[in-house]
Order: sequence, then structure tokens, then C-alpha cells
Amino acid sequence: MLSKRLKKIFGAALGAVLAMGMMTGCGGQEQAATSDGAKEILNVSYDPTRELFAAYNEKFKPHWKDTTGEDITINQSHGGSGKQARSVVEGLEADVVTLALAYDVDEIQNAGLIKSGWLERFPDNSAPYTSTIVFLVRKGNPKGIHDWDDLIRDDVSIITPNPKTSGGARWNYLAAWEYARQKYNGDEQQVRAFIKKLFSNVAVLDSGARGSTTSFVQRGQGDVLIAWENEALLSLKDAPDDYEIVTPSLSILAEPSVAVVDEVVDRKGTRRIAEEYIRYLYSDEAQNVAAQNFYRPRNSEVLAKYSDVFKPLTLVTIDEAFGGWTKAQQEHFADGGTFDQIYQK
Amino acid sequence: MREPKSIRRLLIFLAAAFLFLMLILPLILVAVEALSKGWSVYIQALTEPYAIKALGLTIEATVLAVALNTIFGIASAWLLTKFDFRGKNLLGSLIDLPFAISPVVAGLFFIMLFGRMSPIYSTLQDFHVAIVFAVPGVILATVFVTFPFITRELIPVMESQGRSEEEAATTMGADGWTIFRKVTLPNIKWGLSYGIILCTARAMGEFGAVSVVSGHIRGRTNTLPLHIEILYNEYNFTAAFAVASILVILAIVVLILRNIVEARGVKAQ
Repeated sequence: MLSKRLKKIFGAALGAVLAMGMMTGCGGQEQAATSDGAKEILNVSYDPTRELFAAYNEKFKPHWKDTTGEDITINQSHGGSGKQARSVVEGLEADVVTLALAYDVDEIQNAGLIKSGWLERFPDNSAPYTSTIVFLVRKGNPKGIHDWDDLIRDDVSIITPNPKTSGGARWNYLAAWEYARQKYNGDEQQVRAFIKKLFSNVAVLDSGARGSTTSFVQRGQGDVLIAWENEALLSLKDAPDDYEIVTPSLSILAEPSVAVVDEVVDRKGTRRIAEEYIRYLYSDEAQNVAAQNFYRPRNSEVLAKYSDVFKPLTLVTIDEAFGGWTKAQQEHFADGGTFDQIYQK
Repeated sequence: MREPKSIRRLLIFLAAAFLFLMLILPLILVAVEALSKGWSVYIQALTEPYAIKALGLTIEATVLAVALNTIFGIASAWLLTKFDFRGKNLLGSLIDLPFAISPVVAGLFFIMLFGRMSPIYSTLQDFHVAIVFAVPGVILATVFVTFPFITRELIPVMESQGRSEEEAATTMGADGWTIFRKVTLPNIKWGLSYGIILCTARAMGEFGAVSVVSGHIRGRTNTLPLHIEILYNEYNFTAAFAVASILVILAIVVLILRNIVEARGVKAQ
């Protein structure tokens, strides 16, 4: 009686192991099917684009069906942009990457997965939508914050993440820096004094952008949150009665990069789908989806339609103002860079 | 050993307060938050296709991890307690390695071993086998972190039993397989069940190692704990806690099973 029961347990265990073997086999077959059928692609993206691509995929699937008659599956993977790029380098089989920074796509190119020249492969620096840095303030703007120079007033307390640890915070820092440079006609002493004053007003220096949002929104810290426009608009959507957005006169243009992962699409035979997936991001329909998900559309007509959401401002790129990310990184955020000099003194 | 009443009361109070703060309160909060927007939102969060896929993968990884670790656990505990050989202590310590190593590091091991930078990657590609950033990687990571549970439960049981029964069986002419089936296995069945239960609990909740190797592909390589993290990061707190409540319920079921097994085991002895 007893041994019968044990035999059963043992049999079940053995069965499970066999099943595992078969499943691993199936995993292989699945891939083989993709290489001739080409019915499935993976878009590896970063954290804040979840809603955007969930909506876009629902537009792209019927579009592809209309043009080719094929049904396709689009899988999504989201995470921190740098980490996602790393995963693709390590073997995550992305057909397309839609990441936060050109730098992260360059990393994948350096690993030999994307051909050089990807930045020119699609219009507008391969960035079909953009975002910028704005201010989120409490409803009614009680401190009367309108531009960057209001942030250095003694009575203003700021929430921004630490530029040493947060990618997002570097954009905030550089936007403030560029504003000060234009205001003081490039006088470096005055620019530094401006940034120093601004950071002395920082109430909580969180390590990441989501942490800063939590400090400002959930814990009620600070008068102003320096934030991504898309994240600020998202907070506003959740609590329209608590906050408002202030668009400064000048800010940084962020161009989230998109690329086809050549090595993967050529091996899987998905190049056609992957290229159309990115090309279609520039269509009117997709540009509207981007705007509805709080990214600034590239198409000026679509942008004009949402002018009550995206206020006009002067936008500068990191390339124009700082000579690219590598240079900006070295000058400002590396050990001993301007941030260290200003923040530690 | 008679302590004054006041001290006894204070200690009981401290223990109860600690238990309440650390265990009961979080459980209540999970339930409250999960149901904060009503039952329909709760059910919706659980029946959403990605949640169901994640539950499926968690069950698959758990069943396979438990099955593999049961076989391995019995084999290694048997080897370590019934036989003498060189390197026995080393093997005993190696089995504990997954306890000592951070799961994140374990995940990185597998990336180094099976990822694109690995020397065997091109061979795997030739056979169309994907391990990391695919389901096999998730299972492998789960197996790794739950590796020692069953062995560690069995070793003390087997050690206390000694070898005399097996030796007696040998002198009566039984072969190894018969000895194992008729003598060893019946003796260890309660310890084994207990180990299996612990292993199940750990496998269901594993986050770190799985997070590293999964690739976070929705509906494909997301387990329940990863799904919860995603929902939480999307500010979707209610859904996150709703899915978390499933893990809590599973954990409670496992605990109840554990108590039954423990009680029966004590009775059997």
C-alpha cells in the first residue's frame, strides 16, 4: 500500500522531468517556426513607454494585417533603459529596441548587433517622438514658479533626483545649466553660482526619477518637481485637482531612440515586420497615439492638435548645447565634474 | 525556571507585538489594498491574460523545480549519509551554495553561461535552443535557488536513522534499488514531504535570480513575482496587491500543508 503510493510519487516526478525535456524541445521548435513563419516580434523598451506601446501595438497589428494579410504577435519587454540594452547584448532576442537614449542603442551597436549608421536610418535621428523637462507644481502654483530662475529663490524647495545615479536627473541638470548659460551669456562663474543655488534648494535628492515622483506626489515634499513631461502629464492625469504643469521658457529635447536589431531580424527573418513597425511610428495614427500617451509627436500638425497639452518652448539638444552625451557626461557627472564641484563645496 | 509574572507577560506581549507588526499587519494590508477598489477590480486583475500567463509560468517552474530537486535531493542526501568517500564534506558544502549566494549573482551566472557572450552560445543557436531570456532560464534559475531545500531536510533524518537497517537488508541479499525502495524511502517520507513543501514555497516566490534571466517579456517569461513588480511600477497598486494576494494565498495553503505533514510525521514516529 505504502510502496504503491511512493511509486506513484516517483512516477510523477519522473514524468515531470520528461515533460521538462519535452518543453525545452518545444522552446526550440517555437523558434524554428518563427524563422520561416516570421509571425512574431519582440520590442524591447524602457519603463515609461508601457502604455504607449500597448496602445501602438493595437494599431500596428491591424495595419500589418491590412497590408500583408498576416496576423502577428508583438511581445513587449520593459525595464530600465540601460539594463534593457544590456539584456539585448547578452542575448535577449529583440527585433526592435525603443530605448531612452541613443547611448543605449550605441551599446548594442558596439556589441555588433546593430549596424552603424542606425541614427540616420529613420527620420528625425531615429526618434519618432520626443519629450522634455518641465516643472510639476502644486495646484494654483502657490509659489508663482514660471521659469528656471524662480527655482533659485530662497522660498522655493525643489525635488529632483541625483544626477550621479539617475539618468533622468542629468537631463534636469543640463536643462538648468543651458538656461543659465543663455541668461548669463556663457559666463561660467555665474552659471555655476546659479546651479549651486538651485541645488541648495533641493529638499530631497532621491536616487531615481520614480523615487522623486513619490517624494513629491505621495509624501507631499517640496514646491516643485523637475520631471519628464510625459511623467508629469501622467501624474496630472491621475490627480488633476492636485497639480499643474509649468513649462519653462527653455528646456532640453530628449529624443528616445528606436532601431531595428539587424543581427536578430536577419537570423529570424523578421526584418520586414521590424522595419515597418518602426516606420509606422511616424504615421499620423501613431503620432496621435504618442501624443495621447504624453510624448511630443514629431509631426508638427499632430503636435499643433495637442497644443493645450504640449506648450511651446525653446528646445535645445544635448548635441547642440553640450557636444553630445559622452562629453557632457565627462564634464558634468564624472568624478570631479561640475556637479561634484558644485554640490560638495 | 519560574519567572515573575510581569516578565512573562512582557515577553509574551513583545513577541505578539512583533508578530503582529512583521507578519499579520502586512498580510492584512495586502488584503485591504487588493480589495480597495472592490471585488470586480480584484477579479479583473486576476483574470487579465498576462496575470494568467504569469501564474501558469510560476506553476510550471515550481513543479519542475520541485520534481528535479526531489530526485537530486534524495540522491545527494543518500550519498552523503549512507556512504563514505573522499570529498564528502566538500560536496556537502557545495550543496549549500545556493543558500549563501545572492540570487542576483546566481542569475548572472546563467547569463554568463548561456548568454550571447558565452562560448557555447553559438552552439545553442545552431540547435535553436534559447535558455536565458526564455522559459528554460526561468526554470533553471528556480531550480538553482531551491536546490538545497530537500537535501537539507533529508540529511538529519537519514543521519539519525543510521545505516543499520540498510546494512541488514544488504546481508539479506537485497539489491540497492530494493533497499532504497523498501527501507530508506519509507523512513524518510515525512522529511521528504516537508522538504518538498518548503521547496515549493520558495520556488513560487523566487524573484532575484528569475528577474535577471527572464528578460521580462510579458505573457512569455514573466512569473507572478515579476508581474507584481511590473504592476507596482505602473502605479497600478490595486492590481499589484490583487496578484500579490494570490501568492499569499498559495503561501498559506503551503503552510497549512506543512502543519499537516509535520503533525502526521510526529504521530508516525
